[in-house]
Amino acid sequence: MKTKIQLVAFMILALTAFTANAQDDMMNLLNKEAAPVIDYTSATFKATRVVVGHSCENPGTGDLLFIFSHHFGALNTGYENLFGLKQAQVRLGLEYGVTKWLGLGVGLNTLQNTWDGFLKFKVLRQSKGAKRMPFTLTILGSTAIYTTKWSDPSRKNYFTSRMSYASQVILARKFGQRFSLQIMPTYVHVNLVTGPEDHNNVFSLGAGARFKISQRVAINAEYYYLFPHQIKSIPATSALSVGVDIETGGHVFQIFLTNANGENTESLVTQTTGKWQNGEIFLGFNISRIFTVIKPKEFRKKQ
Amino acid sequence: MKNLIILVFCLAAVSFSANAQKFITKTGHIKFFSESPLEKIEAHNHQVNAALDAATGDFVFKVLEKSFEFDKALMQEHFNENYVESDKYPNALFSGKITNIKDVNIAKDGVYEVNVEGKLTLHGVTQPVKQKGSIEVKGGKLIGNSKFSILLSDYNIKIPGAVANNISKTVEITIEISLEKLM
Repeated sequence: MKTKIQLVAFMILALTAFTANAQDDMMNLLNKEAAPVIDYTSATFKATRVVVGHSCENPGTGDLLFIFSHHFGALNTGYENLFGLKQAQVRLGLEYGVTKWLGLGVGLNTLQNTWDGFLKFKVLRQSKGAKRMPFTLTILGSTAIYTTKWSDPSRKNYFTSRMSYASQVILARKFGQRFSLQIMPTYVHVNLVTGPEDHNNVFSLGAGARFKISQRVAINAEYYYLFPHQIKSIPATSALSVGVDIETGGHVFQIFLTNANGENTESLVTQTTGKWQNGEIFLGFNISRIFTVIKPKEFRKKQ
Repeated sequence: MKNLIILVFCLAAVSFSANAQKFITKTGHIKFFSESPLEKIEAHNHQVNAALDAATGDFVFKVLEKSFEFDKALMQEHFNENYVESDKYPNALFSGKITNIKDVNIAKDGVYEVNVEGKLTLHGVTQPVKQKGSIEVKGGKLIGNSKFSILLSDYNIKIPGAVANNISKTVEITIEISLEKLM
């Protein structure tokens, strides 16, 4: 009798356990059967710029990005100059995401009427899941051409003398959800340098970081260390920029302070002369707006 | 002792037959759609994992938030980073039952109305849901369809004031899954 009761109790127990776990079992079955997926890290940086220099990001595939960059004059120029508000260096830029791994862009800078163009290859994408990749690796190749009048029209001038090139390896990682870091060894070649002692090949080591303080606001900082004794004709120095990213829908506003006057990578590395300790700091902002030019396949058939 | 052996046999048989009634898919489709006066938001996910036990009606699905595709890449980024927070809550889960599974005759082709009841977990919040749908039996496959709306605030998904006019407070979810018998 006793064993029978035990048996019934056992059966009821087994049955309840069975029904209670049925959905969990199904979930386990699903997890077992599910195809492994690659989980790519998104938004290591919110914009294609950390502050002034490039971030590891490209515009989304099929997205056209318009960037308006503005640097005011130096803060230390006093009230007469309204602390720099009277001057401006501007860059108007367009960038386009061709594929997941290729981006390109052009820009017009008021600094020496410089045109710049670049290609940006995302070689590796940080991911977890089915494929684990600890870093995002982006390679940038850029050319800048200044188009102001020749400083000495009497000598024979070559068009190539106007050109300089920047190459950059951007190694980035997003640590958790708030913090991203990138390191960018940078090489700039200037075809015609200003002084006889200036190097044509200039090396710099950059580092950039993003710290997200809320869902839509982040603090960014960027430093380009200029290895010494490369440029002697001007007091070139390392570029330090600190800014805030504010995101609203299709716009990203970046407001920052920097000692760099120029906006393209070539001038950022070789023509930064402002000294933070002397107040040669420029207030600046980037405004970017995204336009979706080509939609993903699934959305194309409609309309 | 003999009884126990029979019992074990029965249980094994039950679980075996139950297994024979399991249907599964890895390529189900979920669409979500929301419309506000300013903006239409539509996203598709073709990597929905779902499983149905046709004997008991137990039904589960699992969706990776990051595999939703939007027409604007930026929308997708916002969806993952600011709204569903995919890094913190990578999956949306449903676990429940088709309460009238007995009405579905999987041996006979046809469309059957079904009632689904269970728990939906989204953005780390679990809410009970009760929806209607249909199951079409077609050549041994079960094709499930359902369309319903959810309120974003139920799942603690916040819409910032600045874009409140662009984003609707409710989202319409359309589910289309074609389940195949698990071998």
